Amino acid sequence: MPDSNNAIELKGVTKRFGSVVANDDVSLSLKKGEILSILGENGSGKTTLMNMLSGIYFPDEGEIFVNGQEVTIRSPKDAYNLHIGMIHQHFKLINVLTAAQNIILGLPGPQRLDMKSVDEKIDELTKKYGFELDPEEKIYNMSVSQKQTVEIVKVLYRGADILILDEPTAVLTPQETERLFEVLRNMKNSGKSIIIITHKLNEVLEISDRVAVLRKGCYVGTVETKRASVESLTEMMVGQKVTLNIDRPDPVNPKPRILVKNLTVRNREGLLALDNVSFDAKSGEILGIAGISGSGQKELLEAIAGLQPIEDGQILYTDPKDNIEDLTKKSAQEIYQMQIRLSFVPEDRLGMGLVGSMGMPGNMMVRSYRNGKGPMTDRKTPADLSKRIVERLDVVTPSIDTPVRNLSGGNVQKVLVGREIASSPVVLMVAYPVRGLDINSSYQIYELLNEQKKKGTAVLCVGEDLDVLLALCDRILVLADGKVTGIVDARTATKEQIGQLMTAGASKKQEA
Amino acid sequence: MNLIITFIQQAIAQGIAILFGATGEIMTEKSGNLNLGIPGIMYMGGISGLMGGFFYELNNDNPNKWVGVLCACLCCAVASAIGGLIFTFLTVTLRANQNVVGLALTTFGTGFGNFFGGSISKMAGGVGQISVATTASGFQTPIPGLSKIPFLGDVLFHYGFLTYSAIIVSLIAAYILKKTRTGLNLTAVGESPQAADAAGINVTKYKYVATITGSVIAGFGGLYFVMEYLGGTWGNNGFGDRGWLAIALVILALWNPANAIWGSLLFGALYIIDIYLPGLTRASQEFVKMSPYVVTIIILIITSKRNRPEQQPPASLGLSYFREDR
Amino acid sequence: MKKKKVIHMVRRTGISTAKAWSIRIIAVLLALLVCAFVIVGITGANPIAVYGGIIDGAVGTSSRTWITIRECVFLLIVAAGLTPAFKMRFWNLGAEGQILMGGLATAAVMIYLGPMLQDWLLWIIIIVVSMLSGLVWGLLPAIFKAYFNTNESLFTLMMNYVAMQIIDVAIVFWENPKGSNSVGVINQVGKEGWFPSMFGQQYLFNVILTAITMILVFSYMRYSKHGYELRVVGESYNTARYAGINVKKVIIRTMCLSSAIAGLAGAMIVAGSSHTISVSTGGGRGFTAIIVAWMSQFNPYAMIIVSLFLVFMQRGSIQIATDYGLNNNASDIITGIILFFLIGCEFFVNYRLEVTTIDEEEAKA
Repeated sequence: MPDSNNAIELKGVTKRFGSVVANDDVSLSLKKGEILSILGENGSGKTTLMNMLSGIYFPDEGEIFVNGQEVTIRSPKDAYNLHIGMIHQHFKLINVLTAAQNIILGLPGPQRLDMKSVDEKIDELTKKYGFELDPEEKIYNMSVSQKQTVEIVKVLYRGADILILDEPTAVLTPQETERLFEVLRNMKNSGKSIIIITHKLNEVLEISDRVAVLRKGCYVGTVETKRASVESLTEMMVGQKVTLNIDRPDPVNPKPRILVKNLTVRNREGLLALDNVSFDAKSGEILGIAGISGSGQKELLEAIAGLQPIEDGQILYTDPKDNIEDLTKKSAQEIYQMQIRLSFVPEDRLGMGLVGSMGMPGNMMVRSYRNGKGPMTDRKTPADLSKRIVERLDVVTPSIDTPVRNLSGGNVQKVLVGREIASSPVVLMVAYPVRGLDINSSYQIYELLNEQKKKGTAVLCVGEDLDVLLALCDRILVLADGKVTGIVDARTATKEQIGQLMTAGASKKQEA
Repeated sequence: MNLIITFIQQAIAQGIAILFGATGEIMTEKSGNLNLGIPGIMYMGGISGLMGGFFYELNNDNPNKWVGVLCACLCCAVASAIGGLIFTFLTVTLRANQNVVGLALTTFGTGFGNFFGGSISKMAGGVGQISVATTASGFQTPIPGLSKIPFLGDVLFHYGFLTYSAIIVSLIAAYILKKTRTGLNLTAVGESPQAADAAGINVTKYKYVATITGSVIAGFGGLYFVMEYLGGTWGNNGFGDRGWLAIALVILALWNPANAIWGSLLFGALYIIDIYLPGLTRASQEFVKMSPYVVTIIILIITSKRNRPEQQPPASLGLSYFREDR
Repeated sequence: MKKKKVIHMVRRTGISTAKAWSIRIIAVLLALLVCAFVIVGITGANPIAVYGGIIDGAVGTSSRTWITIRECVFLLIVAAGLTPAFKMRFWNLGAEGQILMGGLATAAVMIYLGPMLQDWLLWIIIIVVSMLSGLVWGLLPAIFKAYFNTNESLFTLMMNYVAMQIIDVAIVFWENPKGSNSVGVINQVGKEGWFPSMFGQQYLFNVILTAITMILVFSYMRYSKHGYELRVVGESYNTARYAGINVKKVIIRTMCLSSAIAGLAGAMIVAGSSHTISVSTGGGRGFTAIIVAWMSQFNPYAMIIVSLFLVFMQRGSIQIATDYGLNNNASDIITGIILFFLIGCEFFVNYRLEVTTIDEEEAKA
């Protein structure tokens, strides 16, 4: 029997995308007037689950109850009618319009706009909950946190009683986070029910009444926050150590290849993405890079590859003949011209690493098209290479000329990794190499990385699955909020230890 | 003195057709559709209105000029709406490329206008050029009474009703865009259909309605030209590049129909000023005629350099939107 | 329980060439059917006679055939020139103006240098100068696109009309005879600078020039390093940066090539066919070629088929119009109708419609 004290109750909700089960038989509830955190690692199915409440997805199985009534939510409009409002990670705002105009967008009402009364109503809401917002400010003049405020007010203006916030603090500074939490508490006190999706433990402990934990699409359990600790939550989140059968040869004769000193990088919003990062990567070893998403992993690899402007610091490269080259502030083009064999498998495979509309040979040429004299490209070598990659990595494709966009995720990744290792790199950087891949393909990729390691390549591997990092890597560098919080030996470190390092930066900030 | 009056009258006469076109194109572009078929649609609207008047006069021995006007306006509106419908159906429903469809529509519309303009009289069994004197006189009737005022009457009240309609339509369009819910939603559709869709706005409906309405407005520019300006006749390609000037004016007006009013006056003045400036050689006259386009290009460069969001083309201009491609 | 039919559009993941072409052929047949209705509606003639007239008009005599080939070749060379720009996703709508500038340069060479130089030297100068002046016309929008991200479709579009006014200025100086407001046939007596007749065919030189250009352009696109770079830029700026490609340089270089070829087309029209210059020298080919290039999906063979078909129908309908005492613009209506069908049918090549039945009750909830 559904409890009418529950604002939301999910029963046995399952959602599949093709063969991937994003949510498997999840049942949880949100009490009226509470703040519930949904905690889980990347890819644990938090956002998918919430999207079923906001009408973006429709569950394959299971029931949803709102205020004790069973409901069907097929569109965002249905969700609004049930007074459910979701604030997505990617804001849906119109830049040239004001906050107030964005807030009333698409709402019914008299043709003639009375912005004055809209502004008053917005001011009322902001005052009530303690926001700071000028309704007449244009969105393009706003900071990320102000834009978030607009999204929240937009949802409140439409009468939402149940608010779902997807990773709201990912884009905020600590001060802004503090202010947001203040507002959330005010909303709770006036009777709103709130779900906040996050993977930051300290925030969970600070803001929520209860915590529901998801792991790999499955519901682990719900605990009262006051009975939880960082340790207990970490354990729930990362689970028992899974023994993976990944080979790990010992590094042979490791020599430094990449030396990063005091690297500082700002992202496009002007926030610090990397803050004084220093480390080295050695030949013949795999250096894992762990961290919650958006901690600076992307910027780190792109800075080394010459795709990210550097504010401060130094990147040095040592070639196999022990010549040292300075890569700081070199563009990708210049690094190529210096004949440095630096390979990079970026996170955005089709948007950055590959050309979706071309077949395999065309994609091989991304690296090699300049080879050979004269204005014409060599087309035979890339075609031969494509055939070799198809054979060696079991790429499933109708023909090597099929546009890679039409291949499955695993095969796309094999094409990309295959190309990057074909140039016998001295340094190989891979970001989330097995994301979206099935088990078999994943193991093939691990083997390839090990093979490179044995050849003496310095491998940098950004990953999200701690079990894999612990089994595959020699050392693991942990990033938190753009800072290095630790570099541990993967043979002796534990999951809990890394989990705590991942959130350490934020905890320290809070203590300060 | 008389020269100045004539100059102002002529500048306005030149500007009105462009103003209709620009206002229509602004409404269209605000929905994210870059309709390069507008020049063709203006031809279609012009010739269809002319044909409406022609067949009315042909079938009535004693035609009334206001009935003729009504027939012309109706035919013009229907034909231009069909032009807009072809564009939206192909680009929104069938997801074809906007530039390609627009250019094809201009080829079609221009041919449509010139073909019927040149042949309709003959096809209807008459001889010589098409001419609708009675209907045109309705379009050319100045405001009674007021037009008799010296100077002011000549400058301000000397024109047919379409001239005033053009200005009123632009003002209404500006009002809708700035002050109404529909205008706000329309702006959202042109800026970010994804965000508009998420806010519960029916993107497809807005694109259809805005583009077809815009086409009808533009079509009246063609009608104005053949009726009030030419007095109910057709000259092959006589409409010239006014359709493209209308598209240029959209840029000059920074997507605000109210700006298009003075902009059309400026373009109209530049179009004819060579006749009124003493001492110009023929070559420099042609250079003057180039100026609207050059001014537009300069505006385009300056606004893209300054990068002020309000002065940019609608962010999704020219792009198709399909929800499932998110 | 009520059942309701809903039509879904589903993007095809792949389609066989045979199926794609059969969709296109159906579209052509439908277009011809609609054109027949229009023509019959206007002329009241027997449709079979009308299509007979079209064939007669397009290829009925040797000279008509050559005119069809001449027009087809003009479309092809412009479409080939546009291909690199479009592959880079740069909307060059300025081919019309680039043609005019090429034609203007050609006319200038013929007028000023014609009496002084040998023919072969004139031809070389014409080809070089026409390409250069077309290039300048495309270079401006490209620079502003590369550095300020200025909207290139509007910019190139406006450049067309600036070019037309420049032609008008030139006509003032080159008027012949005085007061005619036209340039007249340039070097009518000595034919200085006229492209030569080959094997007695006036237009064969143009055909060869176009064939060479097309082969070069498509080899450049497929086999050269530059061609590869521009295709990557067209796909994604991010991938281009990743591959170490200088995006700005590629944009400017590619537009130079694209507009130079349009300029060459201007030389072919002026020196190889009309031997005069006017604002209608471009004749809308700069726009029609955009449609040809786009609809052929940049495939050179498809380009030949599409432009042949379009020109065939145009020439044919001009003949029909003459036969029935109507004006030439009928051909634009026919072209327009055919284009609408061809453009529309691409949807059915890329998507298929699926009808699914759902419960009405559920749909409401």
